[in-house]
Amino acid sequence: MGEHSNWPEWVYIGVVVALLCWVGAEAWNVERLVEHIPEDAKTIKVVGQQWFWTFEHEDGTKEIGELHLETGKAYRFEITSTDVIHSFNIHDYVVLLDAVPGRVNTVWFAPTEAGVYDIQCREYCGLIHYNMRGTLYVEDPT
Amino acid sequence: MVLELHKPRPVWQIMFSTHHTDVGLLYLITSLGFLFLGGALALAIRAELFFPGSQIIADSMTFNRMFTVHGTTLIFLFILPSASAVGNYFVPIMVRYKDMAYPKLNAIAFWMIPPGGALIWLGFADFTWYATPPYSVISAPGPAADMWIFGLKILGVSSILGAINFVVTILKCKHPDMSIGQVPLLAWSFLSSSLIILVALPTFAAALLMLLTDRMGVSGFFNPVMGGDPIAYAHLFWFTFHPEVYVLVIPAIGMMYEIIPRFSRRPIFSHSSGVAAFVILAIVGFSSWAHHMYATGMSFTEKTVFMVGTLAAVPASAMHVFNFLATMWGGRIRFSTPMMWAVGGIALFFSAGAGGVVNSAMPLDFVTHDSYWVVGHFHLFVMGTIAFGTIGYVYYMFPYVTGRMYHEALGKVHFVLAMVGTVMVFFTQHVLGLFGMPRRIYDYPPIPEWVAMNQIATIGAMLIGISMAIWLGNMIYSSGRGREANMEDPFGLGGKYYYPHQQKNPVH
Repeated sequence: MGEHSNWPEWVYIGVVVALLCWVGAEAWNVERLVEHIPEDAKTIKVVGQQWFWTFEHEDGTKEIGELHLETGKAYRFEITSTDVIHSFNIHDYVVLLDAVPGRVNTVWFAPTEAGVYDIQCREYCGLIHYNMRGTLYVEDPT
Repeated sequence: MVLELHKPRPVWQIMFSTHHTDVGLLYLITSLGFLFLGGALALAIRAELFFPGSQIIADSMTFNRMFTVHGTTLIFLFILPSASAVGNYFVPIMVRYKDMAYPKLNAIAFWMIPPGGALIWLGFADFTWYATPPYSVISAPGPAADMWIFGLKILGVSSILGAINFVVTILKCKHPDMSIGQVPLLAWSFLSSSLIILVALPTFAAALLMLLTDRMGVSGFFNPVMGGDPIAYAHLFWFTFHPEVYVLVIPAIGMMYEIIPRFSRRPIFSHSSGVAAFVILAIVGFSSWAHHMYATGMSFTEKTVFMVGTLAAVPASAMHVFNFLATMWGGRIRFSTPMMWAVGGIALFFSAGAGGVVNSAMPLDFVTHDSYWVVGHFHLFVMGTIAFGTIGYVYYMFPYVTGRMYHEALGKVHFVLAMVGTVMVFFTQHVLGLFGMPRRIYDYPPIPEWVAMNQIATIGAMLIGISMAIWLGNMIYSSGRGREANMEDPFGLGGKYYYPHQQKNPVH
């Protein structure tokens, strides 16, 4: 072509690239902070299987389909699966990680408000995937 | 075929022909047939989700099979063949060659599609278009799953044969007076998407075979019980199918490059920037596959690498948008039906791209991943961008294929209903995802926000359904009874703006 100047396109691409750099840098920084697991976090073992969740606390107590936690404490979920891939999700606290058979994935969170929250499976796992749900009860420490 | 209905031929003459326009016609009719079949499944899925609880679909397995076949059909049996239809009609003309480079190979590539499609529809598998192991290995019922695997295998070979044909036609058969830089952007889009297919597809072909032997129990590549790793499948799958996203979208962008300048009655703002953006997309498309896998437990470093790789694809897409807007700027635009679809497609392409930046940012991906946000996001590409570009182009080539004009007012009604419907379905689904609704679920708890947004989405889907019925009626009626098109200038743009009128290819 060459009959007209292309400088508006270069300015535009510059703006786009600058925005993307900002998004990338910010995402990198936030993710770095979010992934830092506090050292006093209590471990909860989470097992997904078709089509329910099992939880095991540090003291060995087990819960099925329900999980009782306390506000003000950090929890570290060690997530795995016994059959197919599931995805452990507490949407209200942006907890999301796949339960993959043969590996243990780790994610943490610290509930801040007492209440009842939904636990669900977010990776397709078959017949009852739509109802592979659980309930998180967050209570104030007594 | 030009003026098909003026000189009717027995249907087997078209079916057994190897002429590029005949094969193009077969591709076109097949792909539109599958568009309506896959769309009907979408309407059933949306109707089921209108209320919580069971509505019209008896059980979750049927529902799971329906969304699996919906996705597989529209990607492999509508989008890819419809692009091949346009490529068959136009690429040889644009590079000034008498036909595709290998006409028989071209016909073979087409004729692999019906058996592939039949296997997918007769099997009706349930493991999503992603066929994720170990579910697909240990849990998915056969023979549906095996039929799906064979169907995809056949369609993959068809894609590779088609891609070889396009690459050779463009690089080796273009007119000697024409430099590669002068090749029109639509043909460039087929060159870049075909090259992506040739590099990306073999990986998935291998993964499919591994999946099949895993299902037969003779290997354990993806089965942890036998020492395999399901995440390896995810890598193999997405190494093919993230670039494949560009395979799907690039021809649609190419079609917009044909429509926008003609209906703006201005040359394209920058031909070289369009070429550069295609080439950049074809290369950086390979650097982002694992952004689909943040939640599988990837390390921080891996996630960072694939986030950067994903963001790198954005400037090239943005160059296309700029090129379109700069072409329209100051042009004498005529908003005929094809132009409306192309402009609507650009707007939705921009929205889809903006959503994609959100997904690629690591912390935000854990909000959106596997939720309805993702469903809304990629449908803005496959429906909002690719189907819009393709439908606009089908209107644009309608006079060339049939020698007649479609009904212009009905075409505009089709666009308006589909545009409103698309915004209602897929923008709402983004928000629904932010409220936490997972994708691929047959039933959902009666959370008021979820119910309200599902109902908005279902109404939008029904609008799209109505608009597509209008389109089907318009096409069938107009191809037989429509007014005869002025083949020099069917859209009344003033001047010989219509590309195909230059076609000199003899029928053989």
